[in-house]
Amino acid sequence: MKPVSAYQDVPGRVRLARFLTRRDFQSQGLFIILAILLIWGSIHVASSNLAESSGKTGFAFLWQKASFELGESLIPYSAGDTYFKAFVVGVLNTLKVAALGIVLSTFIGLIIALGQLSKSVVITRLCRGYVEVVRNIPLLLQLLFWHTFLLRGLPTVRQALSPVDGIYLTNRGLYLVSPVPESSFGIVMAALLVGIILASGLWYWHRKTNAGFRLWPLGLTLTFLPAIIATYVAGAPITWDVPQLTGFNFTGGMTISPEFTAMLLGLSIYTGAFNAEIIRAGILGVSKGQVEAGLSLGLHPGQVMRKIVLPQALRIIIPPISNSYLNLTKESSLGVAIGYPEIVRVANITLAETSQSLECISIIMLIYLILSLITSLILNVMNARSSREER
Amino acid sequence: MTELALNRSPWWQRLISEVTKSPMSTILNVVALGMLLLIAIPLVKWALIDAVWTGDSGDSCPAGSGACWAFIGSKLRLILFGRFPYDEQWRALAGTVILVALVVISLNPVFWRKWLLPVWIAGLLSYGILMWGGVFGLSYVESSLWGGLPLTILLTVFGVAFGLVISVPIALGRQSKLPVFRLSAIVFVEAVRGVPLISVLFMASVLLPLIIPDGFTPDGLGRVLIGLVLFLAAYMAEVLRGGLQAIPKGQYEACRSLGVAYWPMILKVILPQAFEMVLPAMVNLFIGALKGTSLVVIVAMMDLLGAAQAALADPKWIGFYVETYVFAGIVYALMCGSISWYGRQTERSLREMREHSNKN
Repeated sequence: MKPVSAYQDVPGRVRLARFLTRRDFQSQGLFIILAILLIWGSIHVASSNLAESSGKTGFAFLWQKASFELGESLIPYSAGDTYFKAFVVGVLNTLKVAALGIVLSTFIGLIIALGQLSKSVVITRLCRGYVEVVRNIPLLLQLLFWHTFLLRGLPTVRQALSPVDGIYLTNRGLYLVSPVPESSFGIVMAALLVGIILASGLWYWHRKTNAGFRLWPLGLTLTFLPAIIATYVAGAPITWDVPQLTGFNFTGGMTISPEFTAMLLGLSIYTGAFNAEIIRAGILGVSKGQVEAGLSLGLHPGQVMRKIVLPQALRIIIPPISNSYLNLTKESSLGVAIGYPEIVRVANITLAETSQSLECISIIMLIYLILSLITSLILNVMNARSSREER
Repeated sequence: MTELALNRSPWWQRLISEVTKSPMSTILNVVALGMLLLIAIPLVKWALIDAVWTGDSGDSCPAGSGACWAFIGSKLRLILFGRFPYDEQWRALAGTVILVALVVISLNPVFWRKWLLPVWIAGLLSYGILMWGGVFGLSYVESSLWGGLPLTILLTVFGVAFGLVISVPIALGRQSKLPVFRLSAIVFVEAVRGVPLISVLFMASVLLPLIIPDGFTPDGLGRVLIGLVLFLAAYMAEVLRGGLQAIPKGQYEACRSLGVAYWPMILKVILPQAFEMVLPAMVNLFIGALKGTSLVVIVAMMDLLGAAQAALADPKWIGFYVETYVFAGIVYALMCGSISWYGRQTERSLREMREHSNKN
């Protein structure tokens, strides 16, 4: 390649000719032409194929009435609502299972990782075995297993299993007590808020002045005292709605469907194994000298873990575990196989009803792309914050 | 010194000294062992002692007994081969053995010789003849009838192989100085990595017939394979990019100063080193691909998992889902385990080869 100044001396015609004969220009141009041809060709074929079959295209169907019910929903939904609303329900269900799965899988991962680093050979081997087995079995198989187990392995409603009063395990789902807010709910919550503000003030003052008293007893009292007084004066803020066996089913309380339970169990157990490896690598990545220094300062081993190892390990853990969370969110799409009404399931039913495959599949992809982008943005910010503490 | 002595002593002595390192660890171990036994004893009782090994219908496994392996025994051919014609199943077995042998050979650097290419061509040819048939007096078997373990292995092997081939230009494109190539590679990789595999499979099986003119549309297996290949290629390109970035600039400069052209440089100098660097990550992707093939069940294909589910539908045997899923799970775990074991072996032999050649 010649320096730019060399071009300026030659006439424009020659410059253009030189540019056009350059290999990188030609190869890129060829690539663009081929790509345009390919896209144009597929649009051409697709439109002729569509014209033959139904001819319906576009996203107008989103405002038509859907005729299917969805098993569960965070917002009120029933057959006769629009397809658009059905998709919103799907997105919310995906977010629900992903959010809870992320929390639970992190918890499982932490426990298994600590287990692998424990002093006991038996525990170490056991946790190692868990990781090796669970990671090597396809998630779909695990989901199908849990789903079948919850449907067939649990007793019928009449012989419901009840490990604790108020919790009933049946093949139609989990029945739990649910809290019902009473009239005094608002007052007690306001009192709790006042308590939290007071306690934060105390915490701030304690930090500013380095006052020589222990923070926790007074802080906790300040937090909960107003709420306790309010409860005493205005009555209990919530009552418990206990599920009752009436006729053929339970009424009252809340129901967790076997599909949701299977999804949550499968996703958390599977991703938990991956998270365990990530967390273990993070903890091992903190140098041994840090632990020894903490111990020699007289800190309790638990304190060393909480205050010295974990904060530093977080820096190593966050990037790979954010990837793992994204994977969990994407893998929640397997709900379609066991009938959990998440995005792919909703899109799949819609596709069967409207036969607008192109639109339904683009909606799935678009939603997941947006979710991925948002998640990676949030985690990037978190990552930046945790690495900025470095000195 | 003590460690050396420990390593020489028999395993039970090592175990005992490990368990009784400190009073705290002894207590922990004993408690953990107790809990382990609490789980393990009923499990062993169910899986081995109370298990029913023979029988020809669900009646041979009464409610109180343990695992009903008789069910797996009577459904073994269905679970392993799916709907492949019963009398021809030896062909699927032989073909799959050839395919696996080819992969095992090619992953070992000792066999990276010129004769590997003709061996692959001959192997693939005999694989195709065995699976499809239609020549040499073998009856023709449609690809929609392929199923079970051969289908799982087929999808994995060809998904990974084609994925690797496609991932090379994508990874190079992402590294390229030319904006068109770089941008297209970035868009492709990020778009595919942002969506779940199942949506890519849906797209392949629903959209491909729409955008390809009639008559040229690949069959169901081909469509799923295309989806799988595109999906894997994006992930592999990302892994390969890591390897490409880790290659010192001096390698490129040395090539240029020796007058080596672009493609020979990439193929003979850069890529071999890059692949070697990312081998562990590629092995992980291989395992992910194997697990990912189970998703074809959702687009109505009968791989190992699909065939296992089909076995559950027999009205003569009701309710032996635990045995079925445990069996399928063990098969998957064994396959994944052996891939990662073989990957570690390859890594080690590569390292030894490198050290050996460095000494000379």
